[in-house]
Amino acid sequence: MADYEIPELKDIPVIPSIKEGAMAHSAPFVSRAPFQEKLGYPDELVDNWQEVAIEKLGDMTKKYRSLKVFLDSCVKCGACTDKCHYFLGTTDPKNMPVARQDLLRKVYRRYFTLAGKFFPKLVGATDLTKEVLDDWYSYYHQCSQCRRCSVFCPYGIDTAEISMAAREILDTVGVGQKYCNEIIGKVYEIGNNLGLPGPALKATLEDLEEDVEDDTGVAVKYPLDVQGADVLVVTPSADFFAEPHIDGLIGYGKVLHQAGISWTLSSHASEAGNFGMFLGSYDNMKRVAWRIREAALDLGVKRIVVGECGHAWRVAYQFWNTIAGPFDFLDPNYPVPQHIIEVTHDLIQRGALNLDPSANDDKRVTFHDSCNVARATRMGNTPGGQFVLPREVIKASVNHYFDMAPETIHDSTFCCGGGGGLLTDDLMELRVKGAMPRMQALNEVVKENDVNYLAAICAICKSQFTKTLPYYNFPMDMIGSVHGLVSEAIQLGTKE
Amino acid sequence: MANIDVNGTSVEVDEEGYLVDRSVWNEEIGSHMATIDDCELTDSHWEVIKFLREYYDEYQIAPAVRVLTKAIGKKLGKDKGNSKYLYELFPYGPAKQACKYAGLPKPTGCV
Repeated sequence: MADYEIPELKDIPVIPSIKEGAMAHSAPFVSRAPFQEKLGYPDELVDNWQEVAIEKLGDMTKKYRSLKVFLDSCVKCGACTDKCHYFLGTTDPKNMPVARQDLLRKVYRRYFTLAGKFFPKLVGATDLTKEVLDDWYSYYHQCSQCRRCSVFCPYGIDTAEISMAAREILDTVGVGQKYCNEIIGKVYEIGNNLGLPGPALKATLEDLEEDVEDDTGVAVKYPLDVQGADVLVVTPSADFFAEPHIDGLIGYGKVLHQAGISWTLSSHASEAGNFGMFLGSYDNMKRVAWRIREAALDLGVKRIVVGECGHAWRVAYQFWNTIAGPFDFLDPNYPVPQHIIEVTHDLIQRGALNLDPSANDDKRVTFHDSCNVARATRMGNTPGGQFVLPREVIKASVNHYFDMAPETIHDSTFCCGGGGGLLTDDLMELRVKGAMPRMQALNEVVKENDVNYLAAICAICKSQFTKTLPYYNFPMDMIGSVHGLVSEAIQLGTKE
Repeated sequence: MANIDVNGTSVEVDEEGYLVDRSVWNEEIGSHMATIDDCELTDSHWEVIKFLREYYDEYQIAPAVRVLTKAIGKKLGKDKGNSKYLYELFPYGPAKQACKYAGLPKPTGCV
């Protein structure tokens, strides 16, 4: 199945012995000319790359105070060392968060601190050489920017922000990652990560309407580009294409149908995801987010609702107002933006949905908290709502629910292993190994509670688990959308 | 970028083995790409590949997995209209692997 060793699931989680250089060979395909140009980056490594990189690093530490604080404040306490799923799965010590940070920190010290300028060896400062640059490319693409380490850091150092800064420097000197950059180019040209053109989207949605009507006898609509609709739903384009994502989309439609909410999708903003964040590029993040603002204004909607996509919800929740706001044209009586889980949860609370959980009695369900939702956002009005609301929606839709071990859920959740722009086939070894800590926790509830269904609210998590579950002897279709469960439970034709 | 040799003709493919110029595709190239992955294309594989190419001609994108399973189910019988059947044919994922042999670009994004 693979020409590398699949990590073994133990009876209890074990912190592995380190193996230096275990993942030094891992690096994604480098981006090429047509992809780089669309994003405003050089095609290949520029001649004066050292100068450009150092200048960029200097600019960023001036512009982003947080980055400078993170680079300055580490005391090497070691609290983060065993918290990264990629370290636990690969055993490579450079995947310890502190070591990953140090790849950038040692260069920062050399050029921007007094001690590093005069006594580099004393303070672990090094010149920016080609070897260092290659190490950046390899190991900053072994970080899914999930921020689990930052939860355990006594100084709150956010490795994701360091990793994003490093990727932005790499792009600026002409060494981009093909997977992310090709995808962002597709958003600019076609409107979504998948490259799904408007007519194909229309045909897909019409086909879906037919299927749902055949299946339920109720004409649920999946409207596209409807002027004057109340709600614009933006969702990852994977929801139009992949399994089990599309079951989630079917669920959103059924919920909005039963609640009688007028809604639409948009062919201009047919992507909620925003890979600009993975690059650490505010310019690209803004360009991607701006399409959603344009669509909302063009269609004249009153609300924007975000579908099941982890990093989209982070960008929406944390960045939209700054990079694509103000959203003062939306109805202030609703959260701006709002998550589809919040919509469904609110409707359940108000008794507006008829859910029969026994429709899911063949399933024994657990929930994977997606990193960006868990550690960067909130849902509802109370602290921790991002953990509570999805679980309450699930529990209203199924009779058998079990949480995984407490140190692996909520804000301590493990990344699926494919986040942060790493969900690409050329990083499959990393993805399989990085999935290990989640698979370990899953294995425990499978053994103890006969769990047979892993629910998630992120397109990346869903695709990553579809691919990696079989490596750990679980069936690939064990992963599903939370709104896939709602979709099964909802009794159409009884409330409308 | 690399080139593969298909019966004496050099064909350009990208880092992941997908055809660079879609217009040069023929069945021989499709078969050869499958051989590189240790996969032998049967009539069942070709049914899927042909459907993908027809859909792509119309929509400039590969069909959703759901659309594909439905179409195959209609053509070859309900027992084959499911993703399990497609994964048996194309274990690396029906969308990605079948697109490759069909000479189509790889579906990108969170899929």
